[in-house]
Amino acid sequence: MSSPMIDVLVIGGGNAALCAALMAREAGASVMLLESAPREWRGGNSSHTRNLRCMHDAPQDVLIDAYPEEEYWQDLLKVTGGLTDEKLARLAIRASSTCRDWMRSHGVNFQPPLSGALHVARTNAFFMGGGKALVNAYYRSAERLGVRIRYNAPVDRIELDGGRFVAAYIGNERIAARACVLAAGGFESNREWLREAWGQNERGEWPADNFLIRGTRFNMGVLLKHMIEAGADAIGDPSQSHCVAIDARAPLYDGGICTRIDCVSLGVVLNANAERFYDEGEDFWPKRYAIWGRLVAQQPQQIGYSIIDAKAVGRFMPPVFPGVKADTLPELARKLGLDEATFMRTIGEYNAACRVGNFDHTVLDDCHTEGVTPAKTHWARPLDTAPFYGYALRPGITFTYLGLKVNDQAAVHFGGQPSDNLFVAGEMMAGNVLGKGYTAGVGMAIGTAFGRIAGTQAARAATGVASQEKDYATS
Amino acid sequence: MQHLEALTREAAALANGDIDTIGASGLHGLLPLTADEKEVARTLQICNACRYCEGFCAVFPAMTRRLEFPKADIHYLANLCHNCGACYHACQYAPPHEFAVNIPQAMAKVRVQTYGDFAFPAVLGGLYRRTGMTVALALAGGLVLFLLMVLAMRGSLWHAPLAGNFYAIFPHNLLAAMFGAVFLFAMLALGIGVTRFWRQVTPGTRDGESHGAAAGSAAHDALRLKYLDGGHGKGCNNDDDAFTLLRRRFHHFTFYGFMLCFAATTVATLYHYLLDLHAPYPVTSVPVLLGIAGGIGLLIGPAGLLWLNLRRDPKTMDAAQKPMDRGFIALLLLTSASGLALLAFRDTGAMAALLAIHLGIVMALFVTLPYGKFAHGIFRSAALLKFHIEKRRPADLALGSD
Repeated sequence: MSSPMIDVLVIGGGNAALCAALMAREAGASVMLLESAPREWRGGNSSHTRNLRCMHDAPQDVLIDAYPEEEYWQDLLKVTGGLTDEKLARLAIRASSTCRDWMRSHGVNFQPPLSGALHVARTNAFFMGGGKALVNAYYRSAERLGVRIRYNAPVDRIELDGGRFVAAYIGNERIAARACVLAAGGFESNREWLREAWGQNERGEWPADNFLIRGTRFNMGVLLKHMIEAGADAIGDPSQSHCVAIDARAPLYDGGICTRIDCVSLGVVLNANAERFYDEGEDFWPKRYAIWGRLVAQQPQQIGYSIIDAKAVGRFMPPVFPGVKADTLPELARKLGLDEATFMRTIGEYNAACRVGNFDHTVLDDCHTEGVTPAKTHWARPLDTAPFYGYALRPGITFTYLGLKVNDQAAVHFGGQPSDNLFVAGEMMAGNVLGKGYTAGVGMAIGTAFGRIAGTQAARAATGVASQEKDYATS
Repeated sequence: MQHLEALTREAAALANGDIDTIGASGLHGLLPLTADEKEVARTLQICNACRYCEGFCAVFPAMTRRLEFPKADIHYLANLCHNCGACYHACQYAPPHEFAVNIPQAMAKVRVQTYGDFAFPAVLGGLYRRTGMTVALALAGGLVLFLLMVLAMRGSLWHAPLAGNFYAIFPHNLLAAMFGAVFLFAMLALGIGVTRFWRQVTPGTRDGESHGAAAGSAAHDALRLKYLDGGHGKGCNNDDDAFTLLRRRFHHFTFYGFMLCFAATTVATLYHYLLDLHAPYPVTSVPVLLGIAGGIGLLIGPAGLLWLNLRRDPKTMDAAQKPMDRGFIALLLLTSASGLALLAFRDTGAMAALLAIHLGIVMALFVTLPYGKFAHGIFRSAALLKFHIEKRRPADLALGSD
C-alpha cells in the first residue's frame, strides 16, 4: 500500500455521511467517503429533503416563535406511538437547536418556509434550494477540507475482528481504516427485499410489486443486511416503511416531493372497485398524507383514485401531472377505467350524504356526511360541478425503518456491546429514534445529529486523541 | 390496469415534452406554443409541484401565483429569469433525472425568441437568430464607412497632429446627425419592442393601484442586479455548483461603465450647445474624466463577463446564444478599448484612423442595440416591473396547505 492508512472511512454519501466526514476531518482525521452512486446521483434521499425540524426557545433567524424541547419530544412520541428511545431522541432534539451555525459554516443556506409549507413555519428551517443544494454545499466543503471522495463505490461487505471494524470491500478492493462510519441508507430501493417484507396478501397479490420509490435508487440495503447477518444488533420492523399515496404515474425512483397528490381531502378516494374505503376528511392533509400510502397499499391492485370537481381547483398544491379531466362523472369513470355503474352509485351515495355547512379548508369545518360508510367527517361537498378530475394513486415508499441499534455515541452494537471503532448514522439507525411514523424534517434532524456524533467518535477512535468531552446538544 | 399503463405512458410523454400540457384549448385565441415555450410550460408544471427553489429569485415566487402557464406567462417568466443557474444545480429533477428539468436553459431559449418576436421592424426580428453575423456585418460596415469618410474628406488616414481636434476630421454636426439618428432609431425600435412585450404580459391596473412604488422596486432590483445574488448573497453559479459574485460585479462594471460613457457624451453635448464649449476637452474636464472612468469600467466589465462566459457550464446556457452574448461583449470591449486608444493618441497623426475605428465600432454598437443582447436589459426591466406590480397584490390562489 503506497497511501497511508485512512483514519476514518465513511460509507455513504448523503447528509449523515457528509456530516460525519466533515466532523471527523475537522477533528483532524484523514477521511475517505465512499458514495455508491455516480456523482450526478450523489446524496441519496437527502437530495429530496427540504428542511430540518429545529428545537428553539425563541425566534431564530428563519424560525418564528418557539419550539421547545418538550413540545418536540411530545410530537415525536405521538408520531412514533412510543416506538422511540427518549435519551437518543432528546439528544437529536437538543442538537437540532444548535447545529445550524455549523451547517452554515459548511455552506448550507436557510430560508423562511416555502409557499405551501407555512404550517411548519414555526418548527422547520428550510434549506434554500432544498436538500440537493445542501448536499452540494457539503461535498464542496468536504473537498475543500481534504476529504477524499469516491463515487461509484458501493461497499458490499465489511471485514470485522470481533466487534471492531477492519476494512470495507468494494468487490475485491479492500479498503482498510482505523474507524468507520456506516451511513448508507435504508433498503427501500431493494424491490426483492420489499416484496419479501410485505409478503403476499389474502388476494394472492404481492403488494410491494406495485410500490413506487420516492427517493434514490441506490438504497439497496446491502450493507444493512450484511451487518445484521454479521451479528450487529438490529432495531425496527422490516415491514415498516414511510409510505405516502403519490401520483401513480410517478417514476419508479426519485419522484421526490412533486409527485404528491394534495387533493384527497377535497373530494373522495375510490379503489379499483370504484368504492370508497376511508374518511378522506379525517384531518388536515399534512397530518394525514402519510397514512394514505398504506391505505392504498391495502386496496386491490394497490391503487386508488382521488376524485375532485371544479370547486377544488386552485385549493391544493398543483400536481406535477394534469389530472384525467371529464365533463361528466360517467365520462370520468370510463376514462379512469372504473366500472361506471359502481362509480356512479358510490358518488351518488356520497353526494346524497353530504351535509354542507360553512366550507372552510383552513379549519376542520362542519361539512360532513351522514348515512354513508365510510363517513367523510370534514370538507364534504357533493361532486357536482364540471369539469371533474381524477388522479390515480400508488403507494410511494419514502424510507424504511429497519436499522442498527446504537447508543448515544452512535456505536454499532454486537450482542449488546458497543463497537470501539464502528459507528452508524442516518437512515441506517434512524429507527432508534423514529420506530414508526414521521414528522417533517425529523429525518434530517436525526441524520445531522448522529452523523456529527458518529464522525466525532470515529475520529477519536482512529486518532486516539481524547478530544475534550463534547456535549453534542450544545456544540 | 391497461388504463394505468396508458396514463403512465402519457406521463412519460409529458416528461419528455411530447404533449402540450396547456392543452389545445386555444389559450384565448393566441398562437400555439412553440417547442421552446412548451418546454418551459412542461418544466414549470414540475417546479410548481416542488417549489424548493423559491428563495433563489423572482421567477419561482411569480410561478406560485399560477397553476397554468399560457404563452404570455411563459414570456414573462422567461424574461424574469436572470440565468443565474442556481435552480439547475439545486434541482433534484435535473438531468439525468427523467424529468430533465433545466430552467436556465429553457428560459434562455424562450427569452431570445421573445426578443425576435417583439422586434421592430418585425422583419429584423430574425437578426436575433444570426447575431454573430449581424454584429460582424455592422462592425465591418461601420469601420469601412468611417475609414472611407476619412479618405474622402482628407485623402489619407495619416495626418499631421491636430491637437485632438476631431472636428477637423468630421464636422461636429455631421457626427451629431449620424449618431443621433441611429441612436434615436435604436431607442425607438427597443421602445416599440418592449411595448409590444408589455401589451402581451401586462398585469393591468386595478382600482386604486399606482405603479410608482412597483417601478421603484423594479429599478432597484435592476440597478443592483438583486437576482444575481443567489437569494443568499453569495452570488450565482458559473462554472459549477459554487457560487460567485463575479458575474454581478463585472456586470456592474459594464453597466455603470456604459452609463458613464453615456454621461460623458451627454455632458459634452450640453457643453457644446449650451455653453458653447467645443471639443477637444482637456483630460481633466468633466466629459473626459467621465469617459475615462466609463471606458475603464467598460474594459474591466466586458473582459470579465467574457471570461466568465467562456468558463460557464454549458448545461445552463443556450449554446445557440453564444454569438449574441459574446458579440455584444466584444463590441463593448472594442468600444472602450478604441475610445481609450483614441484619447491616448489624439495628439498624434494617427488620430483620424483611430477616430474612424472608434466611430465605426460605436456605430456598430448603436445599430445592433435593438437586435442583440442589449435587449435583455429592457425586457428584463419590464418583467421586473410586472413582478413588483403582482407582488403587491393578494394571491389569487388559496392552496390548501397554507
